[in-house]
Parts: sequence; C-alpha cells; structure tokens
Amino acid sequence: MIELKNIQKSYQTGYTKLEVLKGIDLHIEKGEFVSIMGSSGSGKSTLLNILGILDEYDTGEYRLDGTFINKQLTQKQAAIYRNQFIGFVFQSFNLLNFKTALENVALPLYYQKIDRKQRQKVAMEYLDRVGLRDWADHLPNQLSGGQQQRVAIARSMVARPKIILADEPTGALDSKTSFEVMKLFKEVNDEGITVLVVTHENDISKMTKRIIRLNDGIIGENILLENASTGAS
Amino acid sequence: MIDFDKWQEIFSSMKRHKLRTFLTALSVWWGIFMLVLLLGMGKGLQNSVEHSFRDDAINSLWIYNGRTSKPYKGLPPGRYIQFTNDDYDLIKSQVPEVEHITGRYYLRGQFNIKYKNKSLSFDIRSVHPDHQVLENTIIIKGRFLNDTDIKEYRKVCAIGKIVAEDFFGEEEAIGKYLKIKGTDYKIVGVFRDEGHENEMRKIYLPVTTAQRVDSANGRLHQMMATIGDAGVNESMRIENKIKKLLSERHKFAIDDDQALYVRNGVERFQEFQMVFAFIKGFIWFVGIGSIIAGVIGVSNIMLIVIKDRTKEIGIRKAMGATPLSIIGMVMQEAVFLTSLAGYIGLITGFGLIYGMNYLMVENEMELEFFRNPEVDFMTVLTALIFLICCGALSGLIPAIQAVRINPVAAMKS
Repeated sequence: MIELKNIQKSYQTGYTKLEVLKGIDLHIEKGEFVSIMGSSGSGKSTLLNILGILDEYDTGEYRLDGTFINKQLTQKQAAIYRNQFIGFVFQSFNLLNFKTALENVALPLYYQKIDRKQRQKVAMEYLDRVGLRDWADHLPNQLSGGQQQRVAIARSMVARPKIILADEPTGALDSKTSFEVMKLFKEVNDEGITVLVVTHENDISKMTKRIIRLNDGIIGENILLENASTGAS
Repeated sequence: MIDFDKWQEIFSSMKRHKLRTFLTALSVWWGIFMLVLLLGMGKGLQNSVEHSFRDDAINSLWIYNGRTSKPYKGLPPGRYIQFTNDDYDLIKSQVPEVEHITGRYYLRGQFNIKYKNKSLSFDIRSVHPDHQVLENTIIIKGRFLNDTDIKEYRKVCAIGKIVAEDFFGEEEAIGKYLKIKGTDYKIVGVFRDEGHENEMRKIYLPVTTAQRVDSANGRLHQMMATIGDAGVNESMRIENKIKKLLSERHKFAIDDDQALYVRNGVERFQEFQMVFAFIKGFIWFVGIGSIIAGVIGVSNIMLIVIKDRTKEIGIRKAMGATPLSIIGMVMQEAVFLTSLAGYIGLITGFGLIYGMNYLMVENEMELEFFRNPEVDFMTVLTALIFLICCGALSGLIPAIQAVRINPVAAMKS
C-alpha cells in the first residue's frame, strides 16, 4: 500500500538547513495497523504530511497503492488523491465549527460531487457506526472531545479511503476516551482499511499491530506486535 | 444547474460575518450610489445651461453701443456712439461672413398696448426680419415680419403666444389690430420661443415703421448678426472686422470696449462647453475614485476573510478541495457581494435622481442652474460591469492566497 524509498526532507530556516527526514525506507502492506512513534522533532509529523500528500519531499520515491506520488503532481491531482485515497484524523479534531456533525462527516463527499441527499445518507451511516446518530444535528462545540474525534473518524472513513492517517488522535483526550478512539480505529482496520497512527504514547502504540520508531529523521526500530491489545488496560 | 451547495456555503459564510459583509456592501453601494448621483446632478446642471442657450442662436454676435472711454485722433472721451441704419447697411454690405443681421430699436416712453377696452403692458422690439433667426423665434400662426414690411413701412406686428392669450384668449389673433402709442398695427403672426417664458411676452414691429412713427431718424439701439458655422477663431476675426468698420465710421479706438461691446455667442458657448467638459471629467474622477475605494474595501475585507478562514481552508484542502473549488468559493462570494451591493446602489441612485426629477416636474419648479437631472443608463451599467470585474479581481488576489495556504500549517493555527 505504502512504499517509501530513501525519502529525504529538509527545511530552510534562515541560513541554516534543517534536515528533518534523512532517508526513510518504509513498506506498509494493505490492511496493516501501524503506529509511528518518536519524540518531538524526530520528523514523525513531517513523514505523516508527506504520506498525506500535504507536503512535498525533496528526494526519494513514494508510491501510494502503486501510484507514484511525486513533485510533478499538480495541486488538483493532489487534492483528488487526498480525497480518494486518504482519510485524515487530527489531534485538534479540525472540524468546521459552523457545520453540524453530519455536515462535517459529509464534507469529503461534497468534494466528490456526490449529490446532497446521497451525501447525507452515507454520512449518517458512518455517524451511526461511531455511535453518534443522535448527535447528527449538533455543532462541534456542543460535543465532548471524544465525540468530536469520533465525528472526525467518521469523516475520515466516509469517502472509503485506502488509508487513514491519524496525527496524535488521542493527544487531546483523556485515557479512557483515548482507548475508545483506538478501539474504533481497530474496528476500522478490521474492515481492511490501512491505519497509520502517529503518537508518542506507548500504551496507544501498543494497541496497534506494528510500531515504527523514528529517531532523528531515520527509522530506529520496527517492531511487529503479535498480540495487539484491543481493550482498555 | 445552480450549484445549491455552493450558494449555501456563500450565504452561510456571509451570515457568519454580518458586520463585515455589511461594511463591504456599504462601501460598494456608496461608490455606485455616488457615481449615479454625481452623474445625474452634473447632467441636471448641463441641461439647465443648454436650455438657456436654446433661446438664442449660438453662432451670433450681439453688438452694443456705448460711450467712448479713450481719446481718439484729438477727439475727447465720453462721446456717445449712436448706431443707425447706415451701420446696419455697412455691415451687411462689407462683411460677407455675416449670414443674418438685424437691428433693434426700442420705442421711446412708457405706454400700454391697447385692444378695444383692454390695456396691457408688453415689451416691444422693432427689428429686421432676420431677427427671427437670431432669437430662434418659432412661428405657430401666420408669419414673421418680412422685407416688404420693412420697405413699405407697414404697420404690422408679430406677437408672442402669451400676448395673444392675454388679449384674445381663445379667439383668433391674426388680422386684429393692436394700438401701440396711438398707432394701429395689424397682427400678422403669433410665435412661441424655446427660451424663457418672457420671450413670449414680446411684440415685434418692423424697425423702419417704428423709427418713422417715433421720428427716430434711422437710429438703432443694438445690432445682432449670425456668422454661419464659424469656429471660435473665425468668429473672433469677424468680430474684429466689424469693430474695425464701426470704429472707423464712428471715430473711436478699436480697443475701446466702452464705445462698442460685442458679445460673441460662439466664444461663450465654447467656454460653457469647456466648463462642462471639466465638470464631467471631475465627476468621473470622483466617481471612479469612490468605486476604486469600494473595490479596495472589498479586496481588503476578502483578505481578512481568508486570514479568518485559514483553518477552514486548510481543513477543506485536507478533505480534498481542489484549488479551483477554493478559488471559486472565495471569488463567488466577492462577486456576489459586489454585484448585489452595486445593484442596490444603482437602484437607489436612480430612484433618487428620478424622484428628484419627478418632484421638480410635479411642482413646476424652475431652478436657474438645475433642470431635468438624468443618468445615462448605459454609462452606469458600464460602471456596474466594471465594478463586478473589479469585484472578481478583488476576490482573485485573496483567492490565490487561499490556494497557497499550507493545510498543515493552517490546521495548526
């Protein structure tokens, strides 16, 4: 599903060049449930942005489901790939606060030019799956953090992407809610969708099936967990 | 197909920022409103002046006599210059550029004009037949004075519409006799005049007849001449030629404005046209200025909108919004807002101008310097289209900025 070959990325800050990724080689199969770990500054967010086609890489090669994602990609193509291949979940939820939960979930479908009725029907299905059918007409600020993140997860799944990228999805949640959210990701993964979670919390990463530890811009460890735990510990 | 969702996005965006939307609309509305108002007012001013010009022939020279103010060839200043029929003949024979010419003689003394037992007071001008051309007199019944009247000293007259109404009401005026200073004059024509109402309170007599009954010895009080389609320079040349002829005959200095004064209609009209060209230019300058101010307002506000919506745009991009859809969203809002506000400005501006016109007509208000304010619809439509283009342009810059937003950075903010 994801193939990275010697991905390098640096940022120019003033006169100094900051090398964030120093050659990442990574292979993730379809249906995997992976966590990317690392301390702040290890480049894990940058890697996630490159994977999400939100940022460009300098050198190397990136294939997403066989499609070569390179710099020559126009903004429009990038947008279409994002829409079709990738679902995003963020630490700060990033819901549109003037839209209801249902409208938020339906947003990716809007950009697929699916008509309104169909959009709402599909969005309602996914909202139901995250257990928020009764909250469909609520605005994000009327929901708890955990509920907002569940709306965001429903939104990430609604366009039936090939992978879901989650950037610190539990960072703003208490531990009980965090485990609920991770349980939800597990269910998503069970349906065959590849899930990538960036986190710095060990107990969160232990709920995935594979841990990739980033260390100063390169992959330090790659641990396969045979018995990924699925419940609250 | 109308993209319902897109419009809903725009309305909800405008609703979320009521004050901002209102201020933007206000600045555009004001721009168009002021332009319409200025154009209408300027046109009203112009109409009133052009109307006052309709009274007389524009290509005319009005020649007035006076008293010399400078000594000339040993003659002292203060001599009275008296025009006579000889001066009239002189100009007619010596200045071929003159197309039509007339003298004017005013009967001496105070007197009323009588018909049967009615006695009324009207101005009397004793003139040559060409006077009709000079004053733009329009005959509605009968005829004006003619050469035979002049040659045979006929006791005839042409009277203004109001004179006819005051004396005869609905009755036929032609053929009746008016008694002026003890002499009966047969009415041969009734006229109207496009100029001031007072022009229809006049009675015209053949100049020779009036001079004879008044024992005026061929004296004239003033002369008027038209000079065809001469331009300003040509009119000045003819003016000087006439001044030279008369100054030689009456022995006064050619540059003595007190002895002889010539009012040059061509020059005056040209001056007025220049004034109006200037006023028009000024109006457009101010109008365009206010529109540009409005557009800059829209652009500024759209930039703030983008700043405000950075996060939203970032999220939309992550969800798969194409650059085009972002540009469309921002521009559609800008264009919609500018067009709507501009349209309302157009309507209110037009409403005010036409309301003003209506009130003036209804109350028969005659202002010296204001008449029939009106706006050329095409002009304003052009302005509106210009405004919408500006609106699109003012939306484009922020839209491009919106597209450049890095979704990652935007969502972190």
